[in-house]
Amino acid sequence: MAITMTKGQAGLTGNSAIAYAMKQINPDVSPAYPITPSTGIVEEFSSYVADGAVETELITVESEHSAMSACIGASAAGARVMTATSAQGLALMWEMLYVASGMRLPIVLTDVNRALSAPINIHCDHSDTMGARDAGWIQLYSETVQEAYDNLIQAVRIAENKNVLLPAMVCLDGFITSHAIENITLIDDAAVKEFVGEYRPVHSLLDTDNPVTMGAMTLQDSYIEFKRQQSEAMARARDVVIEVGREFGKKFGRAYGLFETYRLDDAEAAIVILNSAAGTTKVAVDELRKQGRKVGLLRPRLFRPFPFAEIAEALKNVKALAVLDRADSMSGFGGPVFNEVRSALYELEKRPRVISRIYGLGGRDYKVKDALAVFDDVLKIAATGKVDTLQKYITL
Amino acid sequence: MDERKEHPLGGVIPKGGTAHDYSTGGWRKLRPVLDRDKCTNCLICWVMCPDSAIITEDGKMVGFDMEHCKGCGICAVECPDKVKAIKMIEEAD
Ligand code: SF4
Ligand code: SF4
Repeated sequence: MAITMTKGQAGLTGNSAIAYAMKQINPDVSPAYPITPSTGIVEEFSSYVADGAVETELITVESEHSAMSACIGASAAGARVMTATSAQGLALMWEMLYVASGMRLPIVLTDVNRALSAPINIHCDHSDTMGARDAGWIQLYSETVQEAYDNLIQAVRIAENKNVLLPAMVCLDGFITSHAIENITLIDDAAVKEFVGEYRPVHSLLDTDNPVTMGAMTLQDSYIEFKRQQSEAMARARDVVIEVGREFGKKFGRAYGLFETYRLDDAEAAIVILNSAAGTTKVAVDELRKQGRKVGLLRPRLFRPFPFAEIAEALKNVKALAVLDRADSMSGFGGPVFNEVRSALYELEKRPRVISRIYGLGGRDYKVKDALAVFDDVLKIAATGKVDTLQKYITL
Repeated sequence: MDERKEHPLGGVIPKGGTAHDYSTGGWRKLRPVLDRDKCTNCLICWVMCPDSAIITEDGKMVGFDMEHCKGCGICAVECPDKVKAIKMIEEAD
């Protein structure tokens, strides 16, 4: 697909931007099985393959379980590997997600967030990637098309870093970000190539001079040591995300950190929220600021590993906050982001009050008025110190 | 103990042929038995055995490596129909 640029900017959907980033990264292998709403990524990328614009070997497989299995095989062989999926597709990959991370294979996956069945639904929520949050994959969340494009390029560097060597997934909101056109700044092909560099695997199954065994059995005598190594690598990824985000900023003018804060410095009430809904929340923040209300926002970008200390530091002066989840843990105790943010704050001497609100499941719209209503609750809690409703569903 | 040497990244075993030092034949249900009189030393069993458990000497089939034979019976099936020099018997018998 030809992309028309005006002054380095192009109007692209999230899917087109991800496919374009994949073209620029030019991975060795891409096994994929298209699924709504990420279909456009595989569709457009396969045109790049057919046109000879990339050297990638595209493997069309019979299911997402096979797609991830082929990713693992190709990565074990020493290839740079990328794929994309959504919802049921990610769910079908589940077993293999753990194999990829346990084998320390730096595969990069784009997940276009979509609700999991049942009832069947094709629209946005985060139940798919939240379900995979313990699978040992780095998770980067993206508010906009621009950020999704930038995150994918950075994800390659983060995953392949010698101190990390873990698979990474970049998450963006189904339809809202994947299908809406946004004017974004694209980076030069050569600059992307230079930024991601050449991939040099630690081991390769195809290196017959140095034969290795991968995926061997480990029992009571060593399994826990391998898991501890993996856990330590995941914790180290935090610093690498900071480093790569900073270098990206220096080179291309858009710096990234662990999370974004918006008018949070002197805020008494705050909302913590992922992905595209942060944009809507910022409009509500601006409206309330105009009325002199001290409100702000924190949008986590890195969710795995979870930057608990930095998030606690950023929220320590807030009196009350609501964590909005576009997924339910079905624990009877709020969503996953709520639980982790609340737990991170526990280390503080003086803790803000924290409430959980579940919103937007299955693509239900989250509007400025919804954010304003949440802020209303949070400002009341900030003023009185009293929580009436700890958790509830909104946007009903 | 150098933990990194002991636990290489991602559970990779950084050299080949290590199965030799590890007995994998402990959970066999059936065991192959060779009838030397029938065997023609065609070595089809040697080619087909998935665990390299057919022992040969001077190009001749001489028996099974019972530390690695898992009792799958592939050798007995693959031994040519006219020969059938391998029989699988119950390990418990
Ligand atoms: S039974 Fe199976 S493992 Fe054992 S020698 Fe025959 S082919 Fe090999
Ligand atoms: S396949 Fe049968 S005949 Fe051939 S070497 Fe093996 S046991 Fe002997």
